[in-house]
Amino acid sequence: MSHIVSHEPILMKFPGTNWDEEAGALVVPTAQAVAIATWLRDNDAFSLDYCSNVTGVDYLEREIKEKITNKEGKMETVARTEPSRMDVVYHLYSMQKQTGPLVFKQRTNREQPEVESLTPVWRSCELQEREVFDLFGVNFKGHPDQRRILMWDEFEGHPMRKDYTEPFDYEWEPTPHDEILEKHQRGKVIV
Amino acid sequence: MTTEKLRAGMNLDDTTRSELERAGVIVSQVDSLYNWARGGSVWPLTFGLACCAIEMIASATSRFDISRFGSEVFRPSPRQADLMIVSGTVTKKMAPQVVRIYNQMPEPKWVIAMGACAISGGPFKQGYNVLKGIDRYIPVDVYLPGCPPRPEAVLQSLNYLQEKIRTQDIKSDPAFTKGRRQYPVPEFTGKDLEPPYNPEVWQPPANPNIKPLEEVTT
Amino acid sequence: MNTATAPNYELIQQDGLETSLLEISMGPHHPSTHGVFRMDVILDGETVVDLKPVFGYLHRNHEKLAENMSYLSSMPFTDRLDYFNSMANNWAYALAAEKLIEVEVPERAEYLRVVMAELTRLVNHVSLVGFFLNDLGALGTPLLYAFREREKILDLFEQASGARMMCNYFRFGGLRNDVPVGWIGRAREVVDRFPVFLDEYEQLLCENEIILSRTQGVGNLSRELAINAGITGPMLRASGVNYDLRKVDQYGIYDRFKFRVPYGEAGDCYDRFMVRMLEMRESVEILKQALEGIPEGPVMGNAPRVFKPNPAEVYGRIEGPKGELGFYLIADGTPKPYRYRVRPPSLINLTVLRDMCLGGKIADTVIILGSIDIVLGEVDR
Repeated sequence: MSHIVSHEPILMKFPGTNWDEEAGALVVPTAQAVAIATWLRDNDAFSLDYCSNVTGVDYLEREIKEKITNKEGKMETVARTEPSRMDVVYHLYSMQKQTGPLVFKQRTNREQPEVESLTPVWRSCELQEREVFDLFGVNFKGHPDQRRILMWDEFEGHPMRKDYTEPFDYEWEPTPHDEILEKHQRGKVIV
Repeated sequence: MTTEKLRAGMNLDDTTRSELERAGVIVSQVDSLYNWARGGSVWPLTFGLACCAIEMIASATSRFDISRFGSEVFRPSPRQADLMIVSGTVTKKMAPQVVRIYNQMPEPKWVIAMGACAISGGPFKQGYNVLKGIDRYIPVDVYLPGCPPRPEAVLQSLNYLQEKIRTQDIKSDPAFTKGRRQYPVPEFTGKDLEPPYNPEVWQPPANPNIKPLEEVTT
Repeated sequence: MNTATAPNYELIQQDGLETSLLEISMGPHHPSTHGVFRMDVILDGETVVDLKPVFGYLHRNHEKLAENMSYLSSMPFTDRLDYFNSMANNWAYALAAEKLIEVEVPERAEYLRVVMAELTRLVNHVSLVGFFLNDLGALGTPLLYAFREREKILDLFEQASGARMMCNYFRFGGLRNDVPVGWIGRAREVVDRFPVFLDEYEQLLCENEIILSRTQGVGNLSRELAINAGITGPMLRASGVNYDLRKVDQYGIYDRFKFRVPYGEAGDCYDRFMVRMLEMRESVEILKQALEGIPEGPVMGNAPRVFKPNPAEVYGRIEGPKGELGFYLIADGTPKPYRYRVRPPSLINLTVLRDMCLGGKIADTVIILGSIDIVLGEVDR
């Protein structure tokens, strides 16, 4: 089996990073991203030479309800708002040592999302970062060729975001259900 | 095509007919001859877009053999083809190219919409990039449902098309009356294609129950 | 729709003649049967000076659709990703989702999964050989031979799952239904006769003068670039890297079977072609061992139809016939995934298309594209 990579040495060497326990991922500040990635690739203990998957995740501002025990020892539901953010997630493996994966995240805000491009480190990020730019709108600093890849060039908007609205091109159906019924009721069909 | 059908509509009695045939003369209508020739040698265009293209190729291989129905060769160039089998999902990015290729085909030309995606968008209908049916921009002659339809179904649709060709009337044939049918190519805009559908070719299905609603802008 | 940086089209003086660069758009509708893929090629005579691939003509927003559907409802859509190998796509998704829920897959289901995956690998490699030779110029004949074998295997798929291509056969925790009576005997017959066809193909093709001269030395891909660019699958192994996920991750029950992993040296088109021919033989070996050892039993574990997994993130990957196919799922406690991502091997293998084609002739571009083995359903999703 492929051995999991231990993240402790990275946290010790680069103090700006933290480990997100829930997601099992290393969260890296944008300014140090290229330096950390180059070290991970070249260091003999890690030699993470293969970047398998690059993707973006969009989080709107949401409320999370947690059940905790308060000071009197009773269960209480506490609500906290998690701010909106956009993540770019990288899955790293090592072909030489046959270990992996190490999940690597860069976090940024939703209004002006901007991260460092890791294309100079791993060439496999080139087309996938273009896709994240196209579908989410994240700007990659240092990307050699950043332009739309899946949608046409004149397209405006970023379709994979959670607050994207589709164009008005649905026609009336005799037996609508689920989302299509909703569209009929809201008047978003061509009649 | 037997000589019975070629003689359709002729008011000749049998003795005259057999005398003529012994002399090597067959009497028929120009329509029947044209339609027999056109229907018997429909050459498709190699126009596979997605998964249905593989079943179209499979119908051309030795097990199902489309060439015994006349489609001997699949032409790569639209200027030499009669039939465009739109097989696969037509996306909005691809739609202008489909219309351009249709415009380049000379008359007589026919279109088979193969697969659920080409008929109406298919399983991917709820998509921002999927065109909900190729018949929004070009006229379709035979609709072939399936996801993907079996190669035998492709052969059956070719049979239906040949039946339709055999009953065509040469006087009202678009190739002879109007010239080559060409439709305007849609343009890309920021949100959608412009126009979203061609009103000459396709109208949204009329709902008999409700009055037209206005678009709710959000 | 234009290329980002246009080179200078000024007139070039060469040997007293005036020439200029020629820009050709190959696609999206072209006779090579790889789907709606477009390349903007800039030529100096017949030599390729620049090449820019354009994607997106089959972008069907599969990822956005999956965010509105439950986990099991996305299973038929994974069939349509790489439409040649639907069973392998199903397995990759089932593997990723089974990491989210705790369910044990029964033994018989594991064996049948391996059988279906290896049959799919045979279908894919056989079709690739047919299309590759079509691109080389042997118009149609090897393709018909290859599809003859493919039809035999598709008959087996139809008897097991009900559909020839879009099988939708895998479920979380096992398979949808057991194979019918007599299926294993028929599968054994097909597998036993397959090496005869491979011998025939090898005899006709592998030492053919035209294939040797047109594919050897064409489209060289070095080992370091292949690893850095994230290439996986037979293309990586042809460049000399011994990385096969069936041996590295050992998902399913692949550790019980003895098989070898072929890999090449030079990384040119001929090596990629030969690696696939040899992999077919290894798949036949795995199939023989698996079909011998199938136990009796149920094919479905206890998994609920609609499940609400705890918030977690998983990444499950398999060695698909084209490369590493991975699914990244983020669950948030509701029946629908929060983020569903497909890692497409064909798109990432296309990163190095420009590097391999520069400096070669335009005719070689078609062969190199054919040897990468792309499927547009996967590239564009």
